[in-house]
Amino acid sequence: MNDSVDRLRARGARVEAVEASAKMSAAELSAWFGDKQALRSITLPLIERKVTAIIGPSGCGKSTFIRCLNRMHEVVAGARATGDVLLDGKSVYGADVDPVRVRRRVGMVFQKPNPFPTMSVRDNVLAGLRLSGIDPPDTDALVEEVLGQAALWDEVKDALDRPGGALSGGQQQRLCIARCLALEPEVVLMDEPCSSLDPIATAKIEELIHDLRDRYTIVVVTHSMQQAARVSDYTAFFYLGELVEYDHADVIFTKPSDPRTEDYITGRFG
Amino acid sequence: MPRLHTDRLYEGELRKIREMLLMMGAKVEEMLSHAMRALIERDTELAERTLYIDRQINRLEMEVDDLCLRVLARRQPVASDLRFVTMALKVVTDLERMGDLGVNICERVVELNEEPPLKPYVEVVNMAEAAQEMLREALDAFVAGDAERAQAIVERDSKVDAYYGAIFRELLTYMMENPRNIFRATRVQSIAKYVERIADHATNVAEMVVFMVRGKDIRHVGKLERRGGSGKGEAELGRRSPAPPEAADSDASLRDVMSVARAPSSRRP
Repeated sequence: MNDSVDRLRARGARVEAVEASAKMSAAELSAWFGDKQALRSITLPLIERKVTAIIGPSGCGKSTFIRCLNRMHEVVAGARATGDVLLDGKSVYGADVDPVRVRRRVGMVFQKPNPFPTMSVRDNVLAGLRLSGIDPPDTDALVEEVLGQAALWDEVKDALDRPGGALSGGQQQRLCIARCLALEPEVVLMDEPCSSLDPIATAKIEELIHDLRDRYTIVVVTHSMQQAARVSDYTAFFYLGELVEYDHADVIFTKPSDPRTEDYITGRFG
Repeated sequence: MPRLHTDRLYEGELRKIREMLLMMGAKVEEMLSHAMRALIERDTELAERTLYIDRQINRLEMEVDDLCLRVLARRQPVASDLRFVTMALKVVTDLERMGDLGVNICERVVELNEEPPLKPYVEVVNMAEAAQEMLREALDAFVAGDAERAQAIVERDSKVDAYYGAIFRELLTYMMENPRNIFRATRVQSIAKYVERIADHATNVAEMVVFMVRGKDIRHVGKLERRGGSGKGEAELGRRSPAPPEAADSDASLRDVMSVARAPSSRRP
């Protein structure tokens, strides 16, 4: 962790009190798909109860990076990673660590809303818990609480028995967020959570991200620079598997220090 | 300069804003030099013709504003593009005000040309040249993206201020000598004041160029640092005349009269 902070400082990042406030951090994390290297020695903190956005062109390693954070990268055949990922200062790749437990603490929301289409809204919310073999004592209270956190309760409270697939795209995505929150994660990873949503649904998810930051550490991978600028406290720019620049979002979007960041966010790439 | 945009239309829009700003600056320079020629050559017709350049400047101002708004709405610029567009929105106002001051100068020249000359107006012309030079340098620094050059202009504003002080003191002696000089002396004094304000606006442009290039705001604070000051009072001292157009002239002049009248060095031997 200290090492990662030093590296950040060496890059000139103005990150105050990173040491004390990082919930998770990647330390010299590299990842491969077979022979192809997707990540090159990424060292990056994820500040507790802040939103970190990861931006970069397609194929730059954004999604691979967050999949390494909750050990989902390794489930792909031929995929491997080196370096380390720390959660509360402890490696998630330790020999004694159960990856399933890591994935509970570090939840994930995907690009396309993926509720179980025929399962009811209520059962969708509880699906993650049941798959983990957990039976919460008061399911009604839990369903209301997490749907409330996901800003969906008011819209579905009278339709909890309707199938998840009957909701709109934006509602389905918030349902998936609720399903993720039901497992009481500490970190929520979102992989392009709005890319299949219209602007209104996007705005609702963005507002939700803003509200969730009070309780969770959030990482959002996005293709939309405007979205990163709107929702994130810190922004990291990845290019060709490398971390090019990491700083406060305000700095990245007004005065980035690396010319590659400048070229990418202003649209002077390729 | 940064690389070209992937989107050529966007690139073209930014280029257009840049060109229009430069065109406005060129028009202001033209106004100022014509007005000074009209003053020394007592050419009322030239002064009246020069007034119309302001209309072109005003039209350009509206076009720049309009295009900047469209770029903000449609392109959502960030980083250097964002700094450029926000800078353009501010600089355009400075350039437009310079045009208005050019109009005021021409109006005073017309009034002066109806009277016998008070004195050769060499100092006012020199002052105008200094202001014009500041504007030209600011625009060159803008085109070249040269923050150092722009910063140097900020320092030069005091030279124009010094010109104004000298001209004002001299005119005061004319007025004290003979009340019949007052009408013409106040006209000349107004012209000097307008030129001094043009230099202030040129300084604003230069400061915005520094911001555009470096992303660093050197207004107010920058001045304080360079002067080695530490308190708010000095920031106030260092401020360039920010007064609104109507109120400023009489108030500032009155203050100047009071301070100059008290200063022994300002009197002629």
